[in-house]
Amino acid sequence: MSGPELRIEIEGKRFDFLPPLLSDFSLTVAPSSVLALVGPSGVGKSTLLRMIGGIDTVFRGTVAVDGVPAADAPPPGFVFQDPRLLPWLTALDNVRVVRKETTREEAGEMLRRVGLAGYENAFPHQLSGGMQRRVAIARAFSVNSRLLLLDEPFVSLDRTLVKEVEAVLQALLDATQPTTMLVTHLPEDAAMLADRAVVLAGRPARIVADFRFDSRRGARSRAELEHIANQLAAAALERA
Amino acid sequence: MKLPLELISLLLLLGAWQVLAMLFPARLFPTPVAVAIQLWQHLTEGKLLADLGKTLTRAAIAFFVAMILGTAIGIAFGRSRTLDRLFSSWVVIGLNLPAIVIAIMLYIWLGLTEFALILAVVLNKLPLVITTIREGVRSFSPDYDDLARAYRFSFWRRLTFVTAPQLTPFVLAAARTGLSLIWKIVLVFEVLGSDGGVGFRISTFFQFFDIKGILSYTTAFILVVFVFEYLILRPLERYILRWRQAA
Repeated sequence: MSGPELRIEIEGKRFDFLPPLLSDFSLTVAPSSVLALVGPSGVGKSTLLRMIGGIDTVFRGTVAVDGVPAADAPPPGFVFQDPRLLPWLTALDNVRVVRKETTREEAGEMLRRVGLAGYENAFPHQLSGGMQRRVAIARAFSVNSRLLLLDEPFVSLDRTLVKEVEAVLQALLDATQPTTMLVTHLPEDAAMLADRAVVLAGRPARIVADFRFDSRRGARSRAELEHIANQLAAAALERA
Repeated sequence: MKLPLELISLLLLLGAWQVLAMLFPARLFPTPVAVAIQLWQHLTEGKLLADLGKTLTRAAIAFFVAMILGTAIGIAFGRSRTLDRLFSSWVVIGLNLPAIVIAIMLYIWLGLTEFALILAVVLNKLPLVITTIREGVRSFSPDYDDLARAYRFSFWRRLTFVTAPQLTPFVLAAARTGLSLIWKIVLVFEVLGSDGGVGFRISTFFQFFDIKGILSYTTAFILVVFVFEYLILRPLERYILRWRQAA
């Protein structure tokens, strides 16, 4: 099963009386590809993700998931900047809560896949930051969505934890092949996970660079990763 | 570790009571033992159980009515700034209106009836519940709303897993403060006008300067409150808010 195609045509998006955040913005994402949105804080990456996820519906234009308006499309797997677990539910119930059909066994299996076997009955406050993030990833994948939206999934994690969470994500992406949008301000994360990276800059935000990588993600050498990250950083700096 | 300390605290209170009883004439300040004996007599031969039953029934009805109404109105005020602005002055008046004024007015309008008494208690407690719940609703995290929207939660799913758990600590706080208020005002209103209940009986004892009777009824009432607090409310609170306990 492949992921959906994303078609984004934003005529205008603004908050209150501020200058528009997005205007005449257009982007298409191929099915089952991983696209990284790279850019400085405040450029509109997260807002765009919220629009694709059907959370933010106040804008002019269309965001279509396989031709269906985003808000009417099936729920995406959404990983927020913070783990955003419901503190009154256990890890297992946090996975189950987003899809009522998910059985305890399925949720337990999902937690096992992110390395949290044995923590099913732990409440969020009993888990470390990295573990909470992994529960959030398990939750996102548990909805069996063909669309995965990752909003700075590595922010506020130390680099050791980033490697750990990246490995978990990489394995799940390989196994399920969803169409994925990864929002990040770190070119290194984009280099590690993306098939394609789009660099955003300015207000209203515009695409200042669009890179498609030939090599398979997950199989890139250290030198390749560095090269990609440098390319993205240079593009972002040049247009800043 | 906590329970023994609380027991010690009670023993200290009893000790202080005993010392005071030794300093004053027994007619004005009876000993704890004398009061306990009197309590036993009221329990086995008097009307203590019937009076307690009446008072607790009134308190329970008033409590549940005020909690249900107050929670509904508090949610509405928390969600709608217009409603809140329109009626917040009513809540302020309700919070500051002396309890006794409400009771007297209702007794005049409705007569010395059970309904008037319970309504007076409800009206006294209602503003407190509304205020607590309104603040609770205002403190809801918009992040969880985003989560519910992203994962397309149905109305009931959102209510069950997002709204209700965020509201629960505030409902419990309103219940606790409300109960302590209700215990007190039910008794006052019973003194003012009723045909039975702990407050009514205490007012009768007062007319005969029967301090032992007053203290025995008060002790019985306090024991009921303790049972409610330690055997029902606290365990319930611990269970519902177990997710908040420190790691």
